[in-house]
Amino acid sequence: MTQKNDIRWLPGFNWVTLFFFLFLYLPLIILVVFSFNASRSATVWSGFSLEWYVKAFANDDIQRATKNSLIIAVFATVFATTMATMAALALSRNRAVKNKSLFGGVLILPLMVPEIVTAVATLTFFSAIGLSLGLGNIIIAHSVFCIPFAYLPIRARLDGMDESLEAAARDLYSNKWDTLRLITLPLLMPGILSGAMLAFIISLDDFIITLMVAEAGSTTLPIYIYSLVRVGITPEVNAISTVLLGVSVLIVTAAYLVEKKK
Amino acid sequence: MTSLRETLRSHLALIPATATITIFMVLPILIILVYSFLAPGDYGGGKPEFSTNAYQRLLFQRDLFDQMVFDPAYLKIAFRSVWIAVVSVVGCLLLGFPVAYYIACQPEERRNIFLLLITIPFWTNLLVRTYCWILVLRDTGLVNVGLMRMGLIDEPLTLLYTEGAVALGLIYTYVPFMVLPIYASLERMDRRLIEAARDLYSNRWVALRYVVIPLAMPGIIAGAILVFIPALGAFIAPDLLGGGKNLMLGSLVQLQFSSARNWPFGSALAMVIMAMVLMCLFFYARSAKKNGGGIKH
Repeated sequence: MTQKNDIRWLPGFNWVTLFFFLFLYLPLIILVVFSFNASRSATVWSGFSLEWYVKAFANDDIQRATKNSLIIAVFATVFATTMATMAALALSRNRAVKNKSLFGGVLILPLMVPEIVTAVATLTFFSAIGLSLGLGNIIIAHSVFCIPFAYLPIRARLDGMDESLEAAARDLYSNKWDTLRLITLPLLMPGILSGAMLAFIISLDDFIITLMVAEAGSTTLPIYIYSLVRVGITPEVNAISTVLLGVSVLIVTAAYLVEKKK
Repeated sequence: MTSLRETLRSHLALIPATATITIFMVLPILIILVYSFLAPGDYGGGKPEFSTNAYQRLLFQRDLFDQMVFDPAYLKIAFRSVWIAVVSVVGCLLLGFPVAYYIACQPEERRNIFLLLITIPFWTNLLVRTYCWILVLRDTGLVNVGLMRMGLIDEPLTLLYTEGAVALGLIYTYVPFMVLPIYASLERMDRRLIEAARDLYSNRWVALRYVVIPLAMPGIIAGAILVFIPALGAFIAPDLLGGGKNLMLGSLVQLQFSSARNWPFGSALAMVIMAMVLMCLFFYARSAKKNGGGIKH
């Protein structure tokens, strides 16, 4: 901890920080703890039980929603990460590209537009062109807003990479594609992986855009949870929410570790 | 001709990503801009005739005699959205600034752990995070049960389904957006500046006021905008914690496109949100220019 004799020390700021982390994590901890509660209550503890997890996993609707969510997230991640990698390579390595800041701006545009606007705009567009591909509609919508989440870590990794290795390969008569395949991409891999993981959880967790774009039968896990929450609090919601929470925490921690690895 | 072909070739790798965003995001937003000037269709969608009805509805309502009379109902919702978003920004700032400063004063390894702990909730499901607060705030939730057990209150307080609950949910969701940019602007703060201020007989708080806060200003402005924009269009927090009666612009837009089936009016509302966002970004660009660059991504 910062010591009191540090010139920058301000009394009380350590307590605010402690309060901040309690505020951030206590609600999540409450959810996780009570998902293991033996009774239906989410306020009174009455013993450890896995009953709600068993019930949630046995539920057909939850299984179907999980399957949909995973299919959408996998496709959206592959599309978004591929496009983001190409764009990051062009913007970081190709000196012939003009208007770099314009292209960079377009790539992070999905972060600037409020989600509700993206949601209704996408819905209107799909209905105007009569696009009705079931899960395909959702995959397209997700690929769009996953691009910046994949792009930013990949670009950061590229900008931090030493270009002299690529220059050395070119000096030794390696052609453009061999340099890309044998030098740049392997060095870039941690950035690509962490970008892909972030895109994956952003897709897995998306709610409002999916809610507007999804057609009947394309229910995803967050939408199913929402429909349950609107009816009332049930322990099954706690259990399935805890699973979703656990998956996100695992992936983001992994992404962090991969990115840090030099 | 060769130069055109070469330009195309060098931009080839950029085309998939930028074209996808342009076709599936920029174009749709332009389409709802057009929609906002159409008359509502009978079964959702819009009729192909020019109309400014959707925008008039923001301020006026047709009365029994088919006269347009001023009706502040939607204006109130817009003001309430802005008000709740502003309260959220202020709450995030009051909570986030001390945290950002405290972390910036830590040794480097510890900083990284703190930063990871701040970002983890951001990547978890927004719906689930908001749902957690229902467990805490409802009549039979932990706060009320705890207070009643301690004998401080006899009846549960109404905590859920209030504007306060919505603001709390928004602060909870977006406070990392405030902490991170402020941290970024304080991270490389030169401690000698504070030493100089202290040497010149300012106390800790005066040094904070005249040295640290001005240094943090670009981060504070960036954080305020990063919190304000999503708070303004929020849907989940007003819906789950506000219980639908505390409508905000985001939930009103969603309503127009689902059960109310008035797409042109919903589009006009979305355009109002976009206009506010553009104003914020314009303001940010100007202040960043004044501060010499602002926050680097």
